[in-house]
Amino acid sequence: MKKNTVNEMKLSFPSKSVNEAFARAAVAAFVMGLDPTVGELSDLKTAVSEAVTNCIVHGYRRESGVIYINGAIYEDKRTVITVRDKGVGIADVKQAMQPLFTTSPDEERAGLGFAVMQSFCDRVRVRSTPGRGTSVTLEKQLGKHDE
Amino acid sequence: MKTEYKNNVLTAFIDGEIDHDSAVRIRARVDGAAQTLRPRLLCLDFSGVSFMDSSGVGLVMGRYRQMQLLGGSLRVVNIPDRLYRIFELSGLGELGVLR
Repeated sequence: MKKNTVNEMKLSFPSKSVNEAFARAAVAAFVMGLDPTVGELSDLKTAVSEAVTNCIVHGYRRESGVIYINGAIYEDKRTVITVRDKGVGIADVKQAMQPLFTTSPDEERAGLGFAVMQSFCDRVRVRSTPGRGTSVTLEKQLGKHDE
Repeated sequence: MKTEYKNNVLTAFIDGEIDHDSAVRIRARVDGAAQTLRPRLLCLDFSGVSFMDSSGVGLVMGRYRQMQLLGGSLRVVNIPDRLYRIFELSGLGELGVLR
């Protein structure tokens, strides 16, 4: 573990949509010790749900693959969650992050995934290589009510 | 999910979590009932929704279009406070369906 890291975790699971609920519940359980507010927890769960859904719908295009989640909690209660796939990748990350941009309008995807992640987290970083996969890092300060 | 049909109004009481996984099932049930009953108004009651990601926005947008096709209208009622932010982000409020 790196210096200032209080806890870490790694998860991997198949890209089945039933695992969207599993992923957000697992991340919620991981941060529970920080005594987050109901709002903070709900924000983080929503962002994780969006990131995992992106892996399933876009990264792997509904074909089977593995989704990886790394989590780290730091001394200052900052939490960093990375959601990664080895799917098709995103050619134009900037375009993909535009609100309402969607490649799946017929499936009733609202095109809000990244907008929600950005609004519900303190920081969102996206790294992607076409043909190699995408990694989304969500950073959020939890347990603010303690200060 | 319970549904109620009264005075040409179909109300669907959505409960639990709305994500990309569950939205498919909710959509099938709501659309099935709406296509059979052809209500003047479809009312989605969100009071029992404990979690929602942007799939919930997609669900509402899709039902809005569906009701337009069926010649009726849509209303979303009893939205819990904590879900409002995601609806605000979506701009769905401008359709005038959120109560």
